[in-house]
Amino acid sequence: MALLEVETVDTYYGRVQALRGVSLTIDDGEIVTLIGSNGAGKTTTLRTISGLAHPARGHVRLRGLDIGGLAPDRVVMRGIGHAPEGRRVFARMSVRDNLFLGAYVRKDAAGIRSDEERVFGFFPRLRERRNQIAGTLSGGEQQMLAIGRALMSRPKLLLLDEPSLGLAPILVDTIFQVIKEINSQGTTILLIEQNAAKALQVANRGYVLETGRIVQEGSAKALLESPDVQRAYLGI
Amino acid sequence: MNRRNGRAALTTDTAMRWASGWFQSRNRTIYTLLIIGALLYPSLMDIVTGGEGNHWIGTAAFAGVFVLLAIGLNTVVGFAGLLDLGYAAFFAIGAYTYGMFASGQLLASPLHHEFHIPFWVMLLVGVFVAACFGIILGAPTLRLRGDYLAIVTLGFGEIVPRLVQYLGAGSPIGNWTGGVNGIAAIDPPKLPIILTGPWFGLGTPFGVVKNFDFFNPLAYPLDFYWLMAILIVVCIVLATNLQNSRIGRAWMAVREDEVAAAASGVNTVAIKLTAFAIGASFAGFAGAFYGAQLSLVSSDNFEFIVSVTILIMVVLGGMGNIPGVIVGALLIYTTQYVVLTNLPDWTTSLATAVGLTGLNQAHGDWVGLHDEVQRLNYLIFGVILVAVMVLRPQGLFPSRVREQELEKGTEEQAVFDLRAEET
Repeated sequence: MALLEVETVDTYYGRVQALRGVSLTIDDGEIVTLIGSNGAGKTTTLRTISGLAHPARGHVRLRGLDIGGLAPDRVVMRGIGHAPEGRRVFARMSVRDNLFLGAYVRKDAAGIRSDEERVFGFFPRLRERRNQIAGTLSGGEQQMLAIGRALMSRPKLLLLDEPSLGLAPILVDTIFQVIKEINSQGTTILLIEQNAAKALQVANRGYVLETGRIVQEGSAKALLESPDVQRAYLGI
Repeated sequence: MNRRNGRAALTTDTAMRWASGWFQSRNRTIYTLLIIGALLYPSLMDIVTGGEGNHWIGTAAFAGVFVLLAIGLNTVVGFAGLLDLGYAAFFAIGAYTYGMFASGQLLASPLHHEFHIPFWVMLLVGVFVAACFGIILGAPTLRLRGDYLAIVTLGFGEIVPRLVQYLGAGSPIGNWTGGVNGIAAIDPPKLPIILTGPWFGLGTPFGVVKNFDFFNPLAYPLDFYWLMAILIVVCIVLATNLQNSRIGRAWMAVREDEVAAAASGVNTVAIKLTAFAIGASFAGFAGAFYGAQLSLVSSDNFEFIVSVTILIMVVLGGMGNIPGVIVGALLIYTTQYVVLTNLPDWTTSLATAVGLTGLNQAHGDWVGLHDEVQRLNYLIFGVILVAVMVLRPQGLFPSRVREQELEKGTEEQAVFDLRAEET
């Protein structure tokens, strides 16, 4: 059974329809990427999965159980972690308090502590700055913190929204390296990226979104070679 | 670039450790001074006034009510970041709950029965009732954001005193609250019978042990003072533990970024409701005490200006930092209810003392020094507030995060780091 199934979902913001019959599936252990231009509905898809937006029609199923329309905290409890668009770290809280907040739905103190160590293992910079107020971190460090925070709920599926946005190229490489590492340790990942080339290099499969519709899907390799994708998103 | 960054990180780290150590020791210093002050205050007042310190000791107990209120509002505004402009309503609910069930008031109501439930029980009932009203108000409104919530709480703060005035003699459902007259002759607190006696039964010939009445009417102010001090300590411990708890962190997260908090698994509506209910329960606690000490409750004591005053105490003291908020409450109370209230008399005496008695008489448009100063009371208060907020926008003793936010050094550091990495 697929880990996550999104089935013909329509999502609206007020009267504006952002998603039109979006369907996608994610299997255990995959990295799946969603590419598309600004306003195509990538972020809305993620928000619909994580409960920050509610689907008007269609289903979102996690291991067959419908989670469409659940409140975001319920979705986190079911095992979906979300590093939202624009990092959104808690600017006036320390790095550690940000991480603890990510583990809010858990009560096992020992497990939380060991997961904190795991996050510090992925991002040594965060360990150096663990007592620093998050708002004083650099953009790259804040992105690391946003990913780390989402990992703290020990999700089965991790949703990443534009993790490379606004970062220096060297940091982008680091972030993608860590994404692969997180995946290799057993976390399934749904990744949104404007940097389609990078995303398709780490992903197993991909979907292409245009104005709220899935227009193309396939293995990452096939998409990288597809002339349409090359023209529209890879600048080749 | 690497070396430069490393050094920057090192200095930031040192600065952080230094700042946090200083912050903690500063709070400890404030608490120490407050404890010493509270212990010495009654004797000091007796000495200064030549054995007539009771008035000032009672005043301090009333100031304590505002300290409780400020600690309570701080959980709503400082911790959870919800602007509540009608906080006095919960204060009124606590005071009236105690007043109604610890006086002859309900004899006049359709119940035709008067209740005299002990203060200690009513203290908890007051907490509970106020918390319930907090939930009743919060549940439908907490989905609103910032400004809208402020307006709704403002309305609630206006409704409660009006309703209390209306439910007096002649209301269609009977006289419950005493209307504009309020409720008078409210029972004072009593210690439990095992501590006060009578240990040998009333009126028996063996009743040789004098009943130990801790709450001797002659020593009222001092008893209320110590009771207040104990209640404040209890509330400080409760509020501090709340702040450092899982709930406290969730409040902070909601205050910082509601969407990110929800995405991290915080049930934002429930957590805001908790803040509202807990904030309200502090006010209920303070209200029951207030009714007991004043032995009178009247809707005049819970008007909008009271909500504003409590908010000023929180903001001026340093939102989010409990000792700061306590100092804010004491300073504002002293300014508003002691200094400004007595200023007309003090200036008049001063004028007399230096021989300018002419100023004290009215001449044409000049209504006399006493009344002129009285007229300017709120102007003076306003000038003081503006001056403090201009000089210390973060409050007198802000919380650690607020301090760092407003500290220029930290901000520049962050900008530097960001540029170093992203360009």
